[in-house]
Amino acid sequence: MGFLDIDNVTKSYGAVEVLHRVDISVEEGEFLVLVGPSGCGKSTLLNMIAGLEGITSGEIKIKDRVMNGVHPSKRNIAMVFQSYALYPNMTVGQNITFGLEMHGTPKEERDKAMKEVAQLLQIEPLLTRKPGQLSGGQRQRVAMGRALVRNPDVFLFDEPLSNLDAKLRVDMRTEIKKLHQRLGTTIVYVTHDQIEAMTLSTRIAVMYNGYVQQLGTPKEIYDNPANLFVATFMGSPAMNVLPAKLEDRNGALHAVLTGADGQEIALRMENAPAAYQSYKGSEVMLGIRPEAITDPEGADRNARNIQGLTNGVTVTEPAGADTFVTMTLSGKDCIARMRADADVHAGQPFEFAVNMDKAVLFDPKTEERIG
Amino acid sequence: MAVASSDTAIRTSRMTRAFIYLFLLLFALFYLLPFGIMLVNSLKPLSEITGGNMIALPRDWTIEPWLSAWSTAQIGVEPTGLRPYFMNSLMMAIPAVLLSTVVGALNGYVLTKWRFRGDTIIFGMLLFSCFIPFQIVLIPMARILGILQIAGTTPGLILVHFVYGIGFTTLYFRNYYAAFPTELVRAAQIDGAGFFQIFWRIMLPSSGPIIAVSFIWQFTNIWNDFLFGASFASGDAAPMTVALNNLVNSSTGVREYNVHFAGAIMAAAPTLLVYIVAGRYFVRGLMAGSVKG
Repeated sequence: MGFLDIDNVTKSYGAVEVLHRVDISVEEGEFLVLVGPSGCGKSTLLNMIAGLEGITSGEIKIKDRVMNGVHPSKRNIAMVFQSYALYPNMTVGQNITFGLEMHGTPKEERDKAMKEVAQLLQIEPLLTRKPGQLSGGQRQRVAMGRALVRNPDVFLFDEPLSNLDAKLRVDMRTEIKKLHQRLGTTIVYVTHDQIEAMTLSTRIAVMYNGYVQQLGTPKEIYDNPANLFVATFMGSPAMNVLPAKLEDRNGALHAVLTGADGQEIALRMENAPAAYQSYKGSEVMLGIRPEAITDPEGADRNARNIQGLTNGVTVTEPAGADTFVTMTLSGKDCIARMRADADVHAGQPFEFAVNMDKAVLFDPKTEERIG
Repeated sequence: MAVASSDTAIRTSRMTRAFIYLFLLLFALFYLLPFGIMLVNSLKPLSEITGGNMIALPRDWTIEPWLSAWSTAQIGVEPTGLRPYFMNSLMMAIPAVLLSTVVGALNGYVLTKWRFRGDTIIFGMLLFSCFIPFQIVLIPMARILGILQIAGTTPGLILVHFVYGIGFTTLYFRNYYAAFPTELVRAAQIDGAGFFQIFWRIMLPSSGPIIAVSFIWQFTNIWNDFLFGASFASGDAAPMTVALNNLVNSSTGVREYNVHFAGAIMAAAPTLLVYIVAGRYFVRGLMAGSVKG
């Protein structure tokens, strides 16, 4: 039993099921991020927790209390909306205390709570202004203030940063994380931005097509993706997925690829899981993150199995801190992430170092992880 | 609100500009001419009008026709002036405007934020009521007013105009609220506000422009209505428009054109006033939603 339990929850509109059997248990103080592309059902799930959408089957429980059919205002939750949803006709102060007023809290208590929250979020000078006179970042703070002031059991965030410009988004992200660490509140946060998901969460639920594809800590999701969708959705640039043939050579399994000039490239696998054996001699998808392909000097010193790979360089993209190098492997573009000062030049062959500890294999038909 | 400003207008030379203004000025004068003549003739003695020149300014300025039209002129058979009928019109128009606006706002709120099965059909039917010709409802309406025992009274007229106005006000408010962010309603729900609290505290305070549109439209229509007034409220309960007709069509005595002009201006004044006071919101409200910001 967790703090917030989502038990076998589904959602249908008419005959169309848009959310299939979702099962998540959130502990007190956890920061759960629901991440996925548009239309994956993440916002629907959040609205169901909030009580803004009905539950077709299954149960949602907060503190062991079944919430099906309970009015949103009686669930002791607070929500921060994508558009902030500040009441345009009220001042910042009135916006923050509106919920308390509706719940019949006396004026003095409301004012006290408002002052505390305003101080916490550093919006004291704004209290008498109208939302229309605030900048995007200030509105965001006020929206969070309105959620915080009610001291709810669960905070729900619906893509709260997507309306901010890039710089402010990063600042507010840190701010939200600090706030979570300081207050230790339970948060469910919806985003389509995988970087927000990775940086903020204690656990991530990756959603696609109405299914939870994988639920786990950011590290589990990143290092051990359950299927091809999770592997390519999380991480930027995306994980390289290359068609390869699994072959046994000299008693060790090798993933065999084709280089840019048609040359054969065989990468040795070590500590291969038993499941790999049944794919011997057949096609698989080799997944390898860009940062696992480097120049030999930049390779991870703790890696046990670094394989060399000589191939032509198509394009180099210096990005300041890193240089992204593109090559063609098995007919696909493959991106490597190198030190900024790696000596790589487009059009020339280069000796890459591939950290095969980090390589993962997928079944090309089911797109599920092998092993 | 995008208003044509100097940097978006087509650049023109001084000469062209002067010509344009002259042209517009002439048109403005042309449109104001009827009103000017009414005003001028309401301020002269009858002898100057019957003497032949209607366009000339008065030689003897007098407000006698105004006083007469207001309180002593013969309306039908009683020499009451227009005052009691002016009051009738106010007593009819103000409640009818307020009622139809509030109900239209509630309808718009429900049709956009509390949607239910068949809501578009209901809206379609309400919309249809905007296009029903007045003449069709005259007899059924007379029957209903008779049953309710308010035939021939001001409350009866209030009911008629209130019901007839709902279609238009619902249309206005529904379209306005369709562009109103639903997230605000959801936030208020989570904050614990109920159906009417959301309406009074969140929706209505943000509806200024569309309320102005509804007021102007409803007031102008109800004040200017003649058919319902003549059909359902004769005698003492007649509204201003009917009384004005009775004043002008009095068959006894001399036709006092100056008094008629004064009476006509009195009948037109409230709608003019409403437009002047709330007119700038009118355009803003009609444009709302079509242009961002």
